[in-house]
Amino acid sequence: MLQFALWKRATIWALVLIGLALAMPNLFYERVERHNDAVQAIELRGAMPELVADRDAWPGWLPSGLVNLGLDLRGGAHLLAEVKVEDVYADRMDALWPDVRDALRAVRDEVGPIRRADSPPAELHVNITRPEGMAAALAAVREIARPTVTLTGVGSSDIEVRGAGDLLIVQLSEAEKQATDNRTIQQSLEIVRRRVDEVGTREPTIQRQGTDRILIQVPGIGSAEELKALIGTTARLTFHPVVSRTDNPNDAPGAGNVIYPSMDDAGVYYILERTPVVSGEELTDAQPGFDQNGLPSVTFRFNPAGARKFGRYTQENVGSPFAIVLDEEVISAPVIREAILGGSGQITGNFNVEESTQLAILLRAGALPAELVFLEERTIGPELGADSIAAGKIACIVAFVAVLFFMAASYGLFGIFANIALIVNVAMIFGLLSLIGATLTLPGIAGIVLTIGMAVDANVLVFERIREELKSARGPARAIELGYEKALSAILDANITTFITATILFTMGSGPVKGFAVTLGLGILTSVFTAIFVTRLMVVMWMERRRPKTIIV
Amino acid sequence: MRLKLVPSDTNWNFFRFATVTFGASVVAMVASVVLFFLMGLNYGIDFRGGTTIRTESTQPVDVAAYRAALSALDLGDVAISQVFDPGFGPERNVAQVRIQAQDGEESITPQVINAVEAALKTVDPSITFPSVESVGPKVSAELVRTAILAVAFSILAVLVYIWLRFEWQFSLGAVAALVHDVTLTIGVFAALQIRFDLAIIAALLTIVGYSLNDTVVVFDRVRENLRKYKKMELRDLLNLSINDTLSRTVMTSVTTLLALIALFVLGGDVIRGFVFAMIWGIVVGTYSSVFVASNILLFLGVKRDWSKDQDGGAGTQFARAEG
Repeated sequence: MLQFALWKRATIWALVLIGLALAMPNLFYERVERHNDAVQAIELRGAMPELVADRDAWPGWLPSGLVNLGLDLRGGAHLLAEVKVEDVYADRMDALWPDVRDALRAVRDEVGPIRRADSPPAELHVNITRPEGMAAALAAVREIARPTVTLTGVGSSDIEVRGAGDLLIVQLSEAEKQATDNRTIQQSLEIVRRRVDEVGTREPTIQRQGTDRILIQVPGIGSAEELKALIGTTARLTFHPVVSRTDNPNDAPGAGNVIYPSMDDAGVYYILERTPVVSGEELTDAQPGFDQNGLPSVTFRFNPAGARKFGRYTQENVGSPFAIVLDEEVISAPVIREAILGGSGQITGNFNVEESTQLAILLRAGALPAELVFLEERTIGPELGADSIAAGKIACIVAFVAVLFFMAASYGLFGIFANIALIVNVAMIFGLLSLIGATLTLPGIAGIVLTIGMAVDANVLVFERIREELKSARGPARAIELGYEKALSAILDANITTFITATILFTMGSGPVKGFAVTLGLGILTSVFTAIFVTRLMVVMWMERRRPKTIIV
Repeated sequence: MRLKLVPSDTNWNFFRFATVTFGASVVAMVASVVLFFLMGLNYGIDFRGGTTIRTESTQPVDVAAYRAALSALDLGDVAISQVFDPGFGPERNVAQVRIQAQDGEESITPQVINAVEAALKTVDPSITFPSVESVGPKVSAELVRTAILAVAFSILAVLVYIWLRFEWQFSLGAVAALVHDVTLTIGVFAALQIRFDLAIIAALLTIVGYSLNDTVVVFDRVRENLRKYKKMELRDLLNLSINDTLSRTVMTSVTTLLALIALFVLGGDVIRGFVFAMIWGIVVGTYSSVFVASNILLFLGVKRDWSKDQDGGAGTQFARAEG
């Protein structure tokens, strides 16, 4: 027990040193943070004198990992959004309509004339004139079904077709819905990420949560509202032929048409064809600018396919109006004066400069495939975070000093060994947090303080045990050996049970609670390590040097 | 010369007043349950949905004026409370405004926030809003479910672990102590109407972990003494084990409490409720591992034959895990 092989000693000290080294950058938090930012900036945008100065303020060969500060400590905005995945079903149905129409027209002799009927958004309803031809209609539409591309839904097709009286009903199959949902979330994630990146804040967190949710955390942003304005807009830009203009929002638009309000003129509504001529997906660029009257506008450019469609349409419809629609609101409905063949255009509306800039960003980043609904939002001001850090720091130091003093008073020299181990312990927690890039939250600080209190437990168990063994009048070496041996099972049992609860907290908890679980769990690991290796090694080295005849614990 | 919280050799009889201590525990648990149903918990927005806005101002907080300003907005249930902290000083006056979840909305709309902030600004132009948090009913319902599951799971996991390492009687004793601690903590939150939010669940689980830690140390000694004194009366043996470990139990509780009290006083108002829960839990947890867990063990009785062939089996699989 008391004989430590040399390699073991070396390993223990090496681990301690690595822990200390990894924790050290956190003492110079701001300097290292500037260094890290500068390194990243230089990699992206090339060297600039002030960046180089920032970078060189911290030697490159030293560890530069830092503990991430959570939003409650740094300040920033947190949003939990749900993606309305069903929105996409309706789009899919709209996109399917031309194919279904063509398929049914091919069997016109059997089914008669057809008409699209009103339907719930996730279904496509088609009226056929001759219900007796339903079998042929079903067969024709099933022809256009494609196999689903998923791992689980192998062999199933993407649509389900059934008949009810004279109504032919098409909807997505379950497997296809799942595949679509998955794609929708991936796309939404990507677009949210692009939009947040456009604003260029530091280290945003954008994660998928559960089946249909996205968690967005952006440190440093002033409020969740700002963030919501940026990522909450669908920003779907479409160009529709105008059927008519009205001031009655309850006008029946007619089959295949929709009625949208004007964005700027209250009380004005446009009846438009539902199927757009071109949509924002075919944009390649969008920039804020000014129109010939000097008013803010957005200039855009189509990709070749979009440019062709747009050119053909404008060529054929010179003199009639078309509508520029953003998220189901008509920005403007100008009359086509001449064919627009170059593939670029300009959107003017009642914008101010900020709005046109934002719109350009949104158009560049692309439209969200579905609407986002915000389930949870939190904004924490940077001052509040700074206060929490300051309070946490003071509390940590006071807790630390109190425990150090108490241990030294209770166990003398052995208490001092335990104290050194405690310092190592806290340093190792910070080192591990920096290493795995974990996030420190306010409850996380509480976890560290709790660990400071509890970490001495293992040492206390051992020391109390040594005291007992000393009473049985064995030599000091034997007493220490027995002390460690007999206390071990209690130490392990006690810490494993606490570790179990920390693990459960980590898996089930969210946000701040998770932060607490991380520091608590790491604290248990490091405190067991320091108690059964570091303190013991110190005791052993002291024994070897002094060879005391008697000891007092 | 050494600081000793507990004399070196104690031989206190912890079971002499077993009826009193155990009775007190039962009464306290019943009282907690009654309080919980009578007064309910002061749930934070994590669990009931809604919005909290923290306000800060150089002017003193006038709760009545705030309330009057907000009542015009017709937001339903609005609760305003002033927040006190020794660190604030006279120039910092902090309050917390809680607004119920609005019908048909998940998280709060920008319009509502702006209206609330504007209304409060008319009362006090110097007011600022360091934090706004809003949780929709959908998420809060899930958080409640996850929280209950987390506590239940951890108690279950512990039950199984102790059962593997010891015996089922130990396991029941430990879990009885845990249920005791959790119930009493919920009771004190109901009695004092301290805000009960997600962080408190973390505190509850920590209490579970800590109380267990204490209980396990006592049980470990019981197991050891069972092997050592095969003929000793169980009551005496339990008493001996508690006395053996008493010094350590008190020592660890005191160091942990020292650290937590520092955090309670100096750690700021944001986590005070959380730290309070832990302090309370540690006091109760220490008590329960001495008075509740062992009493249950005494009632249930334990297997007395811990002969050596048991060593390879249940109970010691981790004992050789050392280097």
